[in-house]
Amino acid sequence: MYQYDQYDHLIVRERIAQYRDQVQRRIAGELTEEEFLPLRLQNGLYMQRHAYMLRIAVPYGLLASKQMRMFAHIARKYDRGYGHFTTRQNIQFNWVELEQTPDILADLASVEMHAIQTSGNCIRNVTADEFAGVAADEIVDPRPYAEVLRQWSTFHPEFIALPRKFKVAINGALEDRAAIAVHDIGLTAVKNEAGEIGFKVMVGGGMGRTPILGSVIREFLPREHLLTYTEAIMRVYNQYGRRDNKYKARIKILLKAIGVEEFARQVEEEWADLKGNAETLTLEEMERIIAYFQPHAYATLPAIDPLADHADNKAFANWLKRNVKPHKVPGYAAVVLSLKKTGVPPGDATAEQMDFMADLADRYSFGELRVTHEQNIVLADVEQRQLFQLWQEAKAHGLATPNIGLLTDMICCPGGDFCSLANAKSIPIAAAIAERFDHIDFLHDIGDLELNMSGCINACGHHHVGHIGILGVDKDGSEWYQVSIGGAQGNQSAIGKIIGPSFSAQQMPEVIDRLLQVYLRERTPEERFVDTAQRLGIAPFKEFVYATPIETAGRLVGEDEYA
Amino acid sequence: MPDQTNRIIKGREIVADDWTVLRPAEGEDAATIAVPDGKVIVPLATWQAQKDTLSTRPAIGVWLASSERPEELKGELDKFAVVAVDFPKFTDGRGYSIAYNLRMRLAYTGELRAIGDVLRDQLFQMKRCGFDAYATRPDRSIEDALKGLTVFSETYQASVDDQRPLFRRHARVATAAEHKDVGAGI
Ligand code: HEM
Ligand code: SF4
Repeated sequence: MYQYDQYDHLIVRERIAQYRDQVQRRIAGELTEEEFLPLRLQNGLYMQRHAYMLRIAVPYGLLASKQMRMFAHIARKYDRGYGHFTTRQNIQFNWVELEQTPDILADLASVEMHAIQTSGNCIRNVTADEFAGVAADEIVDPRPYAEVLRQWSTFHPEFIALPRKFKVAINGALEDRAAIAVHDIGLTAVKNEAGEIGFKVMVGGGMGRTPILGSVIREFLPREHLLTYTEAIMRVYNQYGRRDNKYKARIKILLKAIGVEEFARQVEEEWADLKGNAETLTLEEMERIIAYFQPHAYATLPAIDPLADHADNKAFANWLKRNVKPHKVPGYAAVVLSLKKTGVPPGDATAEQMDFMADLADRYSFGELRVTHEQNIVLADVEQRQLFQLWQEAKAHGLATPNIGLLTDMICCPGGDFCSLANAKSIPIAAAIAERFDHIDFLHDIGDLELNMSGCINACGHHHVGHIGILGVDKDGSEWYQVSIGGAQGNQSAIGKIIGPSFSAQQMPEVIDRLLQVYLRERTPEERFVDTAQRLGIAPFKEFVYATPIETAGRLVGEDEYA
Repeated sequence: MPDQTNRIIKGREIVADDWTVLRPAEGEDAATIAVPDGKVIVPLATWQAQKDTLSTRPAIGVWLASSERPEELKGELDKFAVVAVDFPKFTDGRGYSIAYNLRMRLAYTGELRAIGDVLRDQLFQMKRCGFDAYATRPDRSIEDALKGLTVFSETYQASVDDQRPLFRRHARVATAAEHKDVGAGI
């Protein structure tokens, strides 16, 4: 993975000094809260419901074991012993003190990490496929390009006060595992007829209150022009993006207002002045960065069936089926450690688990880990012959729930338990649903199902692209939940359709149950839930869910537990 | 609080300043508004409406609102002793792109001044985008604001101040000391 050189170190060090000074000026009253706000946000510091929350950047989700150990240290020393991995492949700590945040940054810097641009109206941490470098369907490893973009966007002087936050995702494989269609800029690697590598450029995707999938504005951008072209997009957006209304300030609204063709024309015009300038990537610079992402020193191993010696171990078989993914090198596999154990808020990990995951990485996976945008952790380079041993250890630490891609592998934002913007809680709903469907055979029979939940319209939990999406809404001061189906991320991205009036918290497990019943009744043998939902539309689901009254009595499992 | 009405940062120094920024009141007409004598920085619209008389004056400046385009001044930039860009709020970043285009696209080489909600923590990026003068907010210490110009000693990307990104300014060598596997093929 990328290693800092003297310049990276210098910039991060100077940043800490700058931020420390800003915090001191805030405490001394020299900066008003209004003035401090954008400064702290550019450093990932939010004010949540109960305390400050610090979001730390994990560039494109890639972590060294020592970095993961640093998270454990931060969790213990400055927080309450755990952290939360997010859909943007970052981590956040929910209970930090303002005065201590500069020290946290100093600790982070010792392992080449920071919290730069994890929030605020600037170019955010660039995200990428968690299986980058090991996936067989890869055209090019996206991480060197994500790293180039990370450096270029870090403290970009011109794009530090954009109309709104700005998110870039990059995918290097045939299959999109980076949800590029719901990003402000989504880049995907392509090869042209001459065999050259470039990017297809998609702009204007996003969720929030106006969910829109991105539009392609350029089919092929030669890769050396990555920065100048991105700069052209940013400059058009910075000048013309709306600033009068924060809900209409994202680039997607600009695209909608002026049309994709006009937007693309303006970008090309801006780019004409930049194309070929000194920011054009050089072969040397690309080679320097690519050198950090060379394949590991893999052993020559035969491909094996890891189940061969454990044929009667159903639990292991389930785990292999769901949590172990193919690897392009024979004899290796990628393992997903599930952070979705029933009873734990999705994406949460304790300090002990973080230390343990770091140990696993050291022992089984070249000391590297990746954070997925589904809020799990990946060990990308595990020898197949070690899977059984790894599984046993992971199981003992609550990290081997065999549910990756299943109903209980939910994406879920912190919701009303932590977030000051929430309309409703989300964690207790996730817990209640997980509890209700805590039957592994049933879950495996249902198969691939993405359930995504957000506590408000901001859509941090990606509910719009969930096969089932749940959105917390406020009705006369009480918490309700709106349900959509048929959303999807990836190559066939789609925005889900709302099935009808919203439900109470207590009704939610039953609602999910009824949706599943319709699916089980209607599915063809090959169909996933989302396929059935897209084929039939919402009508049969809606009809069945609302046909008879839904039980509302009873306390919700998990309620009050995470307050 | 010291009186700062006539002081700005120019380059890296605090200097006395005798320019006046003309800010029309609500509803005032650009064509008929009276431009006082002396060194005045007028709004773009006033410049456009009163060009004939204003261009005969020995010292005139123009300022752009953050919603205005610098291209409007194409071909006329040598008429101004000062071009200013207004920051209506410190969170409005349009002025940075205006400055970039004034310098890079329109090749403006005279004084480029940031006016309006200009605070210490913006000066570094303003300088990088091509500003060389800063009328910082009068309710804040200008001496303090000066510190905002020297926050970072290295930057990754190109901008107006240095049109070479870090990778062209310095030979960056892959520091693979800890990374045993670099170069090991499959
Ligand atoms: C203190 C807690 C948080 C606050 C205050 C917050 C705030 C927001 C806001 C205001 C938006 C709406 C932006 C828009 O208009 O598009 C948003 C969107 C989003 N946030 Fe958060 N958020 C928080 C936590 C999280 C967490 C925990 C995650 C990940 C698990 C997350 C990931 C996202 C994502 C993916 C979006 C969707 C943006 C899009 O593509 O449109 N946020 N957040
Ligand atoms: S979706 Fe809403 S409730 Fe959930 S984290 Fe985002 S802002 Fe908070």
